[in-house]
Amino acid sequence: MSDWVTHEHDVVVIGAGGAGIRAAIEASASGARTALICKSLLGKAHTVMAEGGMAAAMAHNDDRDSWKVHFADTMRGGQYLNNWRMAELHAKEAPERVRELEAWGAVFDRTKDGRINQRNFGGHRFPRLAHVGDRTGLELIRTLQDHCVHKGIDVYMETTVSALLQDSPGSRVLGCVGYDRQTGQLHVWHAGAVVLATGGVGKAFKVTSNSWEYTGDGHSLAYHAGAELMDMEFVQFHPTGMVWPPSVRGILVTEGVRGEGGVLRNKEGRRFMFDDIPDNYKPSTADNEDEGWRYVTGDKSARRPPELLTRDHVARCINREVKAGRGSPHGGVFLDVSWLKSKMKDHEAHIKKKLPSMYHQFITLAGVDITREPMEVGPTMHYIMGGVRVDGDTQMSSVDGLFAAGEVAAGLHGANRLGGNSLSDLIVFGKRAGEFAARFAREKGAPRAGNAAIDAAVRTTLEPLARPDGREGPYQVQYALQEVMQGVGIVREEKEMAQAIEGIEALKPRAAACSAPKGRAYNPGWHTALDLRHMLTCAEAIARSAIERKESRGAQFREDFPKKDDANFGTFNHVVRKGSDGRMQVSRRPLAPIRDDLKQVIEENKNI
Amino acid sequence: MSSGKVITHIPESGRDAIFRVWRGDSTAGQFVDYKIRVQPGMVVLDAIHQIQAEQANDLAVRWNCKAGKCGSCSAEVNGMPRLMCMTRLDMLDLDMPVIVEPMKAFPSIRDLVTDVSWNYAVKKRIRPFRPRKPDAPDGTWRMQQDDVDRVQEFRKCIECFLCQDVCHVLRDHHKHDEFIGPRFLVYSAALEMHPLDAEHRVGDLKNEHGIGYCNITKCCTKVCPEHITITDNAIIPLKERVVDEFYDPVTRLFRIFRPKKA
Repeated sequence: MSDWVTHEHDVVVIGAGGAGIRAAIEASASGARTALICKSLLGKAHTVMAEGGMAAAMAHNDDRDSWKVHFADTMRGGQYLNNWRMAELHAKEAPERVRELEAWGAVFDRTKDGRINQRNFGGHRFPRLAHVGDRTGLELIRTLQDHCVHKGIDVYMETTVSALLQDSPGSRVLGCVGYDRQTGQLHVWHAGAVVLATGGVGKAFKVTSNSWEYTGDGHSLAYHAGAELMDMEFVQFHPTGMVWPPSVRGILVTEGVRGEGGVLRNKEGRRFMFDDIPDNYKPSTADNEDEGWRYVTGDKSARRPPELLTRDHVARCINREVKAGRGSPHGGVFLDVSWLKSKMKDHEAHIKKKLPSMYHQFITLAGVDITREPMEVGPTMHYIMGGVRVDGDTQMSSVDGLFAAGEVAAGLHGANRLGGNSLSDLIVFGKRAGEFAARFAREKGAPRAGNAAIDAAVRTTLEPLARPDGREGPYQVQYALQEVMQGVGIVREEKEMAQAIEGIEALKPRAAACSAPKGRAYNPGWHTALDLRHMLTCAEAIARSAIERKESRGAQFREDFPKKDDANFGTFNHVVRKGSDGRMQVSRRPLAPIRDDLKQVIEENKNI
Repeated sequence: MSSGKVITHIPESGRDAIFRVWRGDSTAGQFVDYKIRVQPGMVVLDAIHQIQAEQANDLAVRWNCKAGKCGSCSAEVNGMPRLMCMTRLDMLDLDMPVIVEPMKAFPSIRDLVTDVSWNYAVKKRIRPFRPRKPDAPDGTWRMQQDDVDRVQEFRKCIECFLCQDVCHVLRDHHKHDEFIGPRFLVYSAALEMHPLDAEHRVGDLKNEHGIGYCNITKCCTKVCPEHITITDNAIIPLKERVVDEFYDPVTRLFRIFRPKKA
């Protein structure tokens, strides 16, 4: 078997969403010969679906904002499990990264004085999200894409990486192996450093806002290469996904709807979010509808409406209403922005201007005109806070030469991510990963992987095609996994999770045996058979971490341990690694002591 | 491509429908009929996925977000260029087979997937964004919302290439070497009308990018899933700029007396 094309690069970036393209731009700018490998066509990555905006404390709409408040908000949202160094760098560098996008051609919505306009979002004290209507992700990825095509980066489109190259597990990563989806041609990339920017794991779940690419490739590649994963129990369920019709269940309804004044009601018409405001958010949350509305319209003396509490909390409140029989006809609750007609003359034009994609999405897919009637929404798996454990400054994993940025990396968001902190995460840490990967490659040179490593990776890649015909197909195994992961959902419980772990174990042999149709050219059956291993690895890491955390914190809510337990569980992150016996090990890694000045920033901002 | 009218009522219990799907590659192929059970609210991409999962694991289809945001699942449904993820089955006559085939303006790769790499090559040929020097005290720029509204309309483009597919200059006359197509005229317009941009592309549009080939039949505008008024707002103003620069008699006269630029 020697039918592959060989490439040599200083830096190979796997994944071409916001983090990947930003990393490639930075690596290339520092002189590294850079490859950018995308599973889809360039510019189609999951980043395009981000709607609300990117958080950066530019203080355009409220001059009380600063990196300190953004940092404190991020730490509080993450329930203090965050890598505080990443939260610090993120808050400090995001404004510069956003301004850079404008210099590269991005066209953000404007304030009256002609600056980048910023909107309110859950968990952010001040209006902080630079945005373009409700299609900010598209603006981000298109700006980066159009910028990068003139930078001499080698782009491999519709190409999937199936294995990393290294001489032994845990040793330095020396490149990767993958296949061109269009033709099935195999490729080997030798590289001084590899950056993972592969996004998340949503396709292991039944109801998700994530696109097909989100099969946890980077998480799994890193794990099998001996790197540590961290915080895998923390999976964010976005409170508002579409619930009807069934075929669109899970598609995202942006938090921007609530930022623009949209309210949540149960079938009795009650704004149930006022009923349960967590203590640590009470001082900053409105306790009546009028104050909430004044906040939305920019009154600086008003506190924010409870619909803008953190996502984990809003999602659980919706879950509670549905379970109590107070939900909407299709098992969600009502999200209403049409009520703005009582507050403004031209609410129809206003909604269409501020939320154009939402208007379009509902009228086309559900036949609902959001300017006239409420939407039905419910929680959808949206994001994983957990990922590859990285150094806060350089984004290098616990394996030499392997870097990670964006959703595939852990740390910035702790136990729960604030909306808007993801897009800024991509550009802040995408840049850093590219910069430090290029530096690593420059300083350490590029030794080549041995033939044994390449042969093994190629064998793994082609193996599904060699299986006998007529067995169970890969899609059936994926659907079965999605059912199993219902046991590790938004509300968790020991016994259900134990069953899920058993279920995952039982699926492993099925995934290893399922048959893929023959032929290498654009063969989605083969691709899915390969993706299954990644999804199973991620599912197992999520379930095993979640069952060990016997408390409720951030995105993890346990029915059997409904309280936060700071003394026993607030002092460490869960770390997952592959044991020498090949089995998954979960251990505790104590939190690094926070720097005194940052501790003070948190204290100063605690009760505002 | 709006919500459209309901043509077929699909009962809650579902109903059968036949999908006539193009199977093949660049050398040969044929339509294959698949009968599946469809449910209310389904879109064409759901039907294709169901066929892929149950009857043809290797059916090639390109898709990502399934929410009309990435522009990957472009195809021709009953002869109309559409995003499969935004085409509801109840808008189609399900008493007839639903014909699903790949875009015709691009070479076939396999089944519903076409080779759209030409578009990526075209984009590289367009001069990139070049901002004027920052002129606000904080080292950035000031732009009013009114001034960016038009450009924001163009930047809604999701690069589904349906406008390229329907454009007769590309689809029927195969002028891919001489004409950049509506997508990249919109792209050029977004750059040319960007309040900060200082680059000059009008000469390229006339000489290299074939803007003259467009005879404003507006087919592109009709199929745009983002409702960008491609012809009226992007192409015609660019054509006017070409006319102003190259065909305006006063400017022409002026040019005779002006030494040519290198």
